[in-house]
Amino acid sequence: MRKNILILLAIFSLIFAGCASTQERLLDSNQSQVELRSIQTRTYNTTNKEKLLRSALSTLQDLSFVIDKADYTVGIITAKKLNDYALEMTVSVSPKGDKQLKVRANAQYQNKPVADPEPYQSFFASLEKAKFLEEHNVQ
Amino acid sequence: MKKNYIFTTIIVLSLAIITSCSTGVPPEALKLNKKSLENRQLQTRVFDTDNEEKVLNACVAIMQDLGFNIKDMSSKLGVLVGTKQRDATKASQVVASVFAAALTGQATPIDDEQKMKVSIVTNYMSEDNERIKIRVTFQRLVWDTQGNITKREFLSKSEIYKEFYSKLSKSLFLEAHEI
Repeated sequence: MRKNILILLAIFSLIFAGCASTQERLLDSNQSQVELRSIQTRTYNTTNKEKLLRSALSTLQDLSFVIDKADYTVGIITAKKLNDYALEMTVSVSPKGDKQLKVRANAQYQNKPVADPEPYQSFFASLEKAKFLEEHNVQ
Repeated sequence: MKKNYIFTTIIVLSLAIITSCSTGVPPEALKLNKKSLENRQLQTRVFDTDNEEKVLNACVAIMQDLGFNIKDMSSKLGVLVGTKQRDATKASQVVASVFAAALTGQATPIDDEQKMKVSIVTNYMSEDNERIKIRVTFQRLVWDTQGNITKREFLSKSEIYKEFYSKLSKSLFLEAHEI
């Protein structure tokens, strides 16, 4: 009987030792980096970084996010939406060549990274709408 | 034998339910809808001034009046972020918990603490740089006595926004226009 328990214990410890460490999630490298970047990035034909960042701010507010951080120099905005769930988003704006800016967004839903294309498509569609409204002076 | 069969079915079914529960972002979370426009109108006011710095300073003063600590800001982008932590105990919950404890002999957790966050974004109205619009948004997290989060919510009561802008308008000596 005692021998059986010992064998069971040994098997259990082997199973747990075989479990992947949760530290691996630091680099979340199970998806292709190129693929993820293309899902999360859009390029705009403008060089007005301030205006694009301000559009991103108003888009996030339209989507019921509350801003956490914003910095012009580095071009980042971090915001959080609480609606029984927690959705956190970082938007970064950086130059692409001399005539364009690229906007990259990454999101985290509850405790998981968002890697599906649909949420990003919705976000960029909302951003484009906000940009359109601002450019055409509609409030 | 029959008992075993039922047991297996229950396990298989519950596993199926767990795996079918989608944990992805709700599809409407990042889409604009009718409510977004209503919220924008509720949360935004326009002031006849061209001085963004003055507006930001007035907002800082109001945030301090309301007991918020400033956590982040960007004057270049017109952003202010503040948080405050407060008690979240509700008398009705305490009474219910005491009754439940008397009946069952077990303490039920009640709301204990809340963290409230505010972000204010100022921006010039497009084209004419003579008017500034301000948009303020609030949210909060509530923890119970066992340290679990019981509420994650956006604060959308119109009274909050009306009171906020009435204070700001007094402090700026300017009238707040709705959009």
